[in-house]
Amino acid sequence: MDMKTIYLLIPLAPLFGALVAGLFGWAISRRAAHCVTIAGVAVSFLLSAFVLKGIVLDGVEPFNGTVYTWLTVNGIEFNVGFLVDSLTAMMMCVVTFVSLMVHIYTIGYMEEDPGYNRFFSYISLFTFSMLMLVMANNFVQLFFGWEAVGLVSYLLIGFWFKRPTATFANLKAFLVNRVGDFGFLLGIGLVLAYFGTLDYAAVFAQAPALKDATVTLFPGATWSLLTVTCILLFIGAMGKSAQFPLHVWLPDSMEGPTPISALIHAATMVTAGIFMVSRMSPLFELSDTALNFVLVIGAITALFMGFLGIIQNDIKRVVAYSTLSQLGYMTVALGASAYSVAVFHLMTHAFFKALLFLGAGSVIMGMHHDQDIRNMGGLRKYMPITWITSLVGSLALIGTPFFSGFYSKDSIIEAVAESHLPGASFAYFAVVAGVFITAFYSFRMYFLVFHGKERWMAKDHHAHHEADAHDEDEHHHGLGPNDKPHESPWVVTLPLVLLAIPSVLIGYFAIEPMLYGKFFEGVIFFNHEAHPAMEMLKEEFHGPVAMALHSLQTPVLWLAIGGVVASYVFYMVAPAIPAAIDRFFTAIGVRKLLEEKYYMDHLYIDGFARFGRVLGTVFWKVGDVLMIDGLMVNGTAKVVGFFSKVTRRLQTGYIYHYAFAMILGALVLMTWWLGGVLVSQ
Amino acid sequence: MNIMTWSSLNAGVATPEIFLLCATCAILLIDVFLSDAKRHISYVLTLAALVATGCLLVAGYSLQPQLAFNGMFIADPLASLSKLGMVVGVILMLVYGRGYAAVRGLFRGELFTLTLCALLGMMVMASAVNFVVLYVGLELLSLSLYALVALQRTSSRSTEAAMKYFILGALASGLLLYGMSMVYGATQSLDVFVIAQKIAHDEANRLLTVFGIVFIVTGLGFKLGAVPFHMWAPDVYDGAPTLVSQLIGSAPKVAAFAFIMRILAQALEGFAFDWRSMLMVLAVLSLVIGNVTAIAQVNIKRMFAYSTISHMGFLLLGIMAATPGGYAAAFFYAMTYMLTAAAGFGLIMLLSREGFEADQIADFRGLNKRSPWFAAMMLIVMFSMAGIPVFIGFFAKLAIIQALVGLGLVWLAVIAVLMSVIGAFYYLRVVKVMYFEDPTDTAPIAAGADAKLVLSVNCLLLLVLGMAPDRLLTALTTALQFSLHPGL
Repeated sequence: MDMKTIYLLIPLAPLFGALVAGLFGWAISRRAAHCVTIAGVAVSFLLSAFVLKGIVLDGVEPFNGTVYTWLTVNGIEFNVGFLVDSLTAMMMCVVTFVSLMVHIYTIGYMEEDPGYNRFFSYISLFTFSMLMLVMANNFVQLFFGWEAVGLVSYLLIGFWFKRPTATFANLKAFLVNRVGDFGFLLGIGLVLAYFGTLDYAAVFAQAPALKDATVTLFPGATWSLLTVTCILLFIGAMGKSAQFPLHVWLPDSMEGPTPISALIHAATMVTAGIFMVSRMSPLFELSDTALNFVLVIGAITALFMGFLGIIQNDIKRVVAYSTLSQLGYMTVALGASAYSVAVFHLMTHAFFKALLFLGAGSVIMGMHHDQDIRNMGGLRKYMPITWITSLVGSLALIGTPFFSGFYSKDSIIEAVAESHLPGASFAYFAVVAGVFITAFYSFRMYFLVFHGKERWMAKDHHAHHEADAHDEDEHHHGLGPNDKPHESPWVVTLPLVLLAIPSVLIGYFAIEPMLYGKFFEGVIFFNHEAHPAMEMLKEEFHGPVAMALHSLQTPVLWLAIGGVVASYVFYMVAPAIPAAIDRFFTAIGVRKLLEEKYYMDHLYIDGFARFGRVLGTVFWKVGDVLMIDGLMVNGTAKVVGFFSKVTRRLQTGYIYHYAFAMILGALVLMTWWLGGVLVSQ
Repeated sequence: MNIMTWSSLNAGVATPEIFLLCATCAILLIDVFLSDAKRHISYVLTLAALVATGCLLVAGYSLQPQLAFNGMFIADPLASLSKLGMVVGVILMLVYGRGYAAVRGLFRGELFTLTLCALLGMMVMASAVNFVVLYVGLELLSLSLYALVALQRTSSRSTEAAMKYFILGALASGLLLYGMSMVYGATQSLDVFVIAQKIAHDEANRLLTVFGIVFIVTGLGFKLGAVPFHMWAPDVYDGAPTLVSQLIGSAPKVAAFAFIMRILAQALEGFAFDWRSMLMVLAVLSLVIGNVTAIAQVNIKRMFAYSTISHMGFLLLGIMAATPGGYAAAFFYAMTYMLTAAAGFGLIMLLSREGFEADQIADFRGLNKRSPWFAAMMLIVMFSMAGIPVFIGFFAKLAIIQALVGLGLVWLAVIAVLMSVIGAFYYLRVVKVMYFEDPTDTAPIAAGADAKLVLSVNCLLLLVLGMAPDRLLTALTTALQFSLHPGL
């Protein structure tokens, strides 16, 4: 089997599963549906692992080639093509591994759902789309994958399409992503216009030559071409990777089933923006302005989304805000030109965040679909595997030394410290402060869920329900006072355990080759003179153990420990303190600001969306109803109908009328043309 | 004038016509000896004769024109292809109409022999290159059709229609003949090629010829059913038995096209400037009156009559272009319209039964619930007539419009498109009635399997041809190339 066949099989195997489960879902059993999709993804994962092994250990040359030419317009080719290098291979492994885990987990999680086969079809289709995205060697295929994952995300957020909240959330995700995709498409358009090609390699090769090119957007305003292009491309990434201010869809996307929150809205799809910017590093490196923009946006997201995590009571929303914050960290790394660090964090985050989400899903199952952490407590006794794995995930998230999250997050902080961009000092503050906040809300959730009193016994949980988090029709939920939570079946716990392993170990083993070795050589481009962050990091790096030990002397680790201790004190020892703090912040209005999520939803829904609706209503009433329907369509129809009745009357049925019409016709023809001939003579 | 000899007759060129004539006589004789129970023998023999004629046409097909009967008759690709189209049209009419005729007592020898005579007349029209022979062919067709319209002689509507058709037809024939005589007076010839030559050498009196052309165009307009010579059409389509309406509405349009080609494009080419503008007036009037009046119809046969009028407007636009592309487009239009109209009338007959004509648009209500397949077939026919892409009708209209735009006659193209939009209304109304209303008639569809099969093939052909219209169009273009200026 040659390599091209393998590369083709990797995306096509999940597609096959998706088609079988999707088109023939009505005909096949649930067992058949999950078997075929899991088999597809498993094949894809094994082949991806084989490809990664080939590149890492056997030194296989990166593959860059066209598989199929879709069409050629004016000499510009639109191809389906693969670029398989170390970055792609790593992404392929992460995507297929997490996807495989989620597939297995779904067997347990969706057991009672009537849309079982449909769900498997969607997640397999997602895997295919994501693989097409990461394997692309040109912008068209990238855009295809980009939109395809967006589509599946939309379908899955609205998976329970009978819930009004779910359809609202998926519409919101779709619309917000449209804004980002609009920028992305404009960016691709600029690339096409100025580079004349959509092939990565050809674009990157031309980039240095166009370093000083300018583009006039409107008369009088001339900007650097690369800056504009990069910012537009990054706007696409802001939509997909939920960066401020296009982040609003991600918390609402938790309306979807938990497995897809793990797969799509934590581990893979939302990191597509990070991947894309890393892939475009040869372009971004040429524009300090764009990098600074990236840096500041990432820093805002990292810090301010973390704050929101503190006040959430829905277990999935806590994890969702932590995802937003972590995506902000990755973006900060991109802005600091530490692309490999961003990708490294992307990978470790994929494992531990998928783990946390799946753990949360396991808790939700144990709690009979109650998602409110105030109703939980003491679950460690009943759900030991979920407890341990969630603890591992939380420790990785807050950056405990030797855990994978530590290596990636610490590297980000170091890289920002070395950056000389104007926004770097703010970004440094944001990421360091974020460490404390991350630790605080993560362990707040951890303590409330797994430790303390068993609060479901004495609760009036309906009173606590957030109006948008539940649906009364679809799920019986919540435990009665006499019920006990139960550990989830093995199909749920097995993925937890399998994800916990890389969450602990992958950072230790991967940091050296990925950040300081030759892994990304020739794939990710650094401008060493202008952006020396990675060089500096390399000089300071003396092995993973030394890095972990060194952290004891840095404030970062102590901030994390402080966060954990604070949450322990607040929620286990003295619950009166947070209540008092809460009262204080309510009094000064900060609480309200956080609850309203900085009023971003109000701005979008009551501002832009309402304006759009008013504008649309005006156009509809005046333009459509009055002008087009009233005057043009119905008016024309009335006129034609009138003439129709008139001409119909001409058909009298009397033969002499008919003959008269003929003679008259002949007479007119004769006089007219004979007259014409006579005049011309 | 040469002395006629057997070899100068070159009668072999007319083998299909001669065969058809003999077969018609034979069927006439055989039918006399058949009892009503054995009438299907005549039917089978008729179909066999038609198929054999078709085979002879195919076998004798040659791109090189051949003259016969001392230059009065020509076998060129234009004639052969249009004859082939007519044969197909007549076969379709007999297959679709068998059940319809049987329950109405029309399944008699007259039906077969008159139909074959009409076909023979059409074939002569297509092949004649002499005004007298052209006229003989036309009259053979017309007289057969008059009788066919009156075939259901107990029906007053039918006889009324026949009477109207006959009287107006006689008037039109008289006008046509008068026009021909004027042209003869101006050129001293009845031969198409000689006339063309005389006009080319400026030996024809312009005033006299144009005077003749006015009457010729009037007669041709009547045959096509172009406004203002169209008034017979709705009454005749409505009053005639549906299978005769189908015959009138399909194959003779191809014959009329060939006929117009012989007279206007070949004989009177030199006066194209004059007849073009006349045809333009007829075309625009036909498009407007046909489409607008069709909207007010509740009877689907009358609606088809007006729709035919508007389609003939399109056909005239193609001829009016007077370019090879325009002629080819008009030829394509005539052939494909023949197929579409045959299917449309076929569907009406398929739904009819004893005592029920299915000729109201309301009779198509909820057809989709009664028979999804035939609703889909009717949908194809309606979409094709409305000129919706993928179906053949779209490409036929497109070819005409391309020819017009190529000449810079954008305003005409715009009128044609606008009128097509108006036309889409009444076609789509039939679709709406079929798909979105509940059936009022729940009787089972009692058509024979043969008719159903042929009809399905007919309708699907509209779709298949629409997906690959190039080959047919190329074939027709080539045929016209070799026919119009044979250089004999």
